[in-house]
Amino acid sequence: MSLVNYATREITCKIVYYGPGRSGKTTNLHYIYGQVPADRKGQMVSLATQTDRTLFFDFLPIDLGMISGFTTRFQLYTVPGQVYYQTTRRLVLQGADGVVFVADSQSRQLDENVESMQDLHANLADHGVDARAIPLVIQYNKRDLPGDLILPVTTLDDALNFRSVPAFAADALHGSGVFETLRGISELVLRRLSATAGTG
Amino acid sequence: MDERRLSFERFVVGANNRLAAAAARAVADSPGSTYNPLFIYGAHGLGKSHLLGAVAEHLAAHWPDLEVQREDGAHFASAHAGSFASGQLDAFLAGFQRAGALLMDDLQDLEGHPAAQVNLAQIVDALVESGRQVVLSADRPPSDIEHFDEALLRIVSQGLQVDVAAPDYETRAAILRRLLSEEGLSVAPDVVDDLAKREYRDIAELQAALAPLAARQSRPTPQLKTGEFDSFLSDVQVVVQQHVESWRGRLREAIAYWQAEGYRTAVLERALDLPRAPDVSGLTGTFSAAVDHLRNLERQARQVDPSLVGHAVFRDPERMLEAEDLVERALAGGTPAQGPSPAFSREGFEIGASNQMAVHAADAVVAEPALRYNPLVLYGPSGVGKTHLANAIGNALVARAARRDEAGSVACVNAQQLVEELVEAVQKGTVEPWRARYRSVAALIVDDIQFLGRKERTQEEFFTVFNALIESHKQVILTSDRVPADITDLEARLRSRFEGGLVVPIQSPDRPLRERLFARFLQDAGRAPGEDVLRVLGEHPVQSVREIIGVVHRLCAASDVQGVPISVEVVRRELGGPAPTMPTPSMVPVIPSAEPFLDAEKAVWDWPDIGARLIEEIR
Repeated sequence: MSLVNYATREITCKIVYYGPGRSGKTTNLHYIYGQVPADRKGQMVSLATQTDRTLFFDFLPIDLGMISGFTTRFQLYTVPGQVYYQTTRRLVLQGADGVVFVADSQSRQLDENVESMQDLHANLADHGVDARAIPLVIQYNKRDLPGDLILPVTTLDDALNFRSVPAFAADALHGSGVFETLRGISELVLRRLSATAGTG
Repeated sequence: MDERRLSFERFVVGANNRLAAAAARAVADSPGSTYNPLFIYGAHGLGKSHLLGAVAEHLAAHWPDLEVQREDGAHFASAHAGSFASGQLDAFLAGFQRAGALLMDDLQDLEGHPAAQVNLAQIVDALVESGRQVVLSADRPPSDIEHFDEALLRIVSQGLQVDVAAPDYETRAAILRRLLSEEGLSVAPDVVDDLAKREYRDIAELQAALAPLAARQSRPTPQLKTGEFDSFLSDVQVVVQQHVESWRGRLREAIAYWQAEGYRTAVLERALDLPRAPDVSGLTGTFSAAVDHLRNLERQARQVDPSLVGHAVFRDPERMLEAEDLVERALAGGTPAQGPSPAFSREGFEIGASNQMAVHAADAVVAEPALRYNPLVLYGPSGVGKTHLANAIGNALVARAARRDEAGSVACVNAQQLVEELVEAVQKGTVEPWRARYRSVAALIVDDIQFLGRKERTQEEFFTVFNALIESHKQVILTSDRVPADITDLEARLRSRFEGGLVVPIQSPDRPLRERLFARFLQDAGRAPGEDVLRVLGEHPVQSVREIIGVVHRLCAASDVQGVPISVEVVRRELGGPAPTMPTPSMVPVIPSAEPFLDAEKAVWDWPDIGARLIEEIR
């Protein structure tokens, strides 16, 4: 999709929160939703099971208003983390301008994190997107958990961040690191404007 | 409707409404004295009511004592019916008799109200008769209004009926700019251009198109608040400003626009890679000017060859020179017209009594092309040098233009070739380039125009080309084997134009000229004829220069075969046979007049070849 439409003077960014099941993707969006003024946000669409595990996807549109003459909108999506929702993940990933990989910092979730990262690369490849080119940041979530349950950031970096993309420690439940992550991915996406501007 | 805003000053005049606006302005300037009644018709929303309002406003401002009555069809019909029902019809109608001017909109709403139409006809008739202005409008011509009252139709027909059509692009753009200015909105020129390119049924739709812009621009700038979101928003704004509104952003905006318009933007794209900001406005302005020039070139190309429309060179400002060259070639007919043959020069043209008038005219034409004799028509029998002289004039004109560094080519073509070219052009659908080829020349020479006879289409096309050249002061030179008046089946208009210049004859060469021509052609062939030989040759009754050349070839061949120089004997022997133009062939050799024929014996004795002599003796 085109990030900047000079004809209609619109900037639209699609950002997908990716990661293993229960890593906190929807929690990120909920926190953001809670912080955005009412006149700036659309209705958050969240299709979830009764156990709060995302069944389909979450969608949160944010209207950033007129910025330098451009109507600027962010569209935040999450994908269902569970392995068996592969098709949905691929679908949601289509046309993404940037990806936030939400990793679960718990030691026991390391394999799921790695598997999900591999899954992300595979799905991007399916869409013909070079995983090394798309804006990507990693969020190490659940840093509020006891230290003996979570892996150090350096360990997680070694396992997941082989591209040395911007990484953020976060506690999405309480909001710590959530906007830092969003700011990080936004900056990467907007910096790419210079390479992808089009007419729509 | 906001009546205050209906004025001539606010009315945008375009090709679609120029007549109507001018007529409305005229009646507003001098009510009752011109265009009375004035009937303006056109589809809904194209400005008829605006014009009526403008007339009312103008009358009120300049004729304060004039009672201007405004009315519309629906209201008139309703009021008419009401007054009739209440027995107040006379009072209702009398109200209009006081009007100094009547402006009635939407006359089509009187359909189905015959009685109202009858009374309106009476009102209009009375007002017009007494010199009071009536302006009417409807969404269709009066003749298209069903069951329109005949008396009313007759009165309307006696005035002026003008239509208001849908605005074209330029008018739409002008209206948009005016509306934007009045609304205090500012948008980029390309936005106006984009909006104006869309089709609108009426002005209201055009105004509606601006509504979102107005809403957007009146939207308050978001105020930053404290909190995570606001901090985030602030950061995003900085990034957007850096990466969207930088000079590269503006450049990309222009690139996106021109690409959407179908133009190649490689030159602008290369500017994106510059390490420092260039003059973006200058760059995009130059690009825009280049595109305008390309569009103009494409328009020119369309006129001569529609197949060139959309050619890649018209979409790439970097190929401007190619585009100009393409158009130039298209205008010149693709291939340039044939020029004069360099084999014919003025210096090589021998002058005699038989052609001196033509030569004098030719020299005058070369000295002052298109000023003295235009067209110059040379006529005479075949082979007397018309083609030579015409080509010589052409070559002299080419040389003159080169000396003076003037543009334009000299076309020299035979009329038969002209016909064949036109037939081919008609077949290929390239008549326009063919016309352009000859219209673009600085001088046109057409040889043997007698061949134009019975070629109706060629005559028609040549007439156009001829007129264009004469009107633009380009020299035309024609040759013919007879005077234009004698050319059969030549259109009278062409004949009269040909005769409108100078028509000069070139006659068969006389004796002194024949001698000079023989001397010249023999010298050109490397021979040195004696005076006696030239004297004998001068007596040879040739009709054309071409015959003289033929005789020279014959003599040279005989001289070579016999291994002797050309002598009187050789001449007599070779020309002893029937001369080409002699009416009755004779076996008697041609005897120069200076040496009169004495007797048969001498003639036989002079016969150089013994075989021929014997044959003669046997006879």
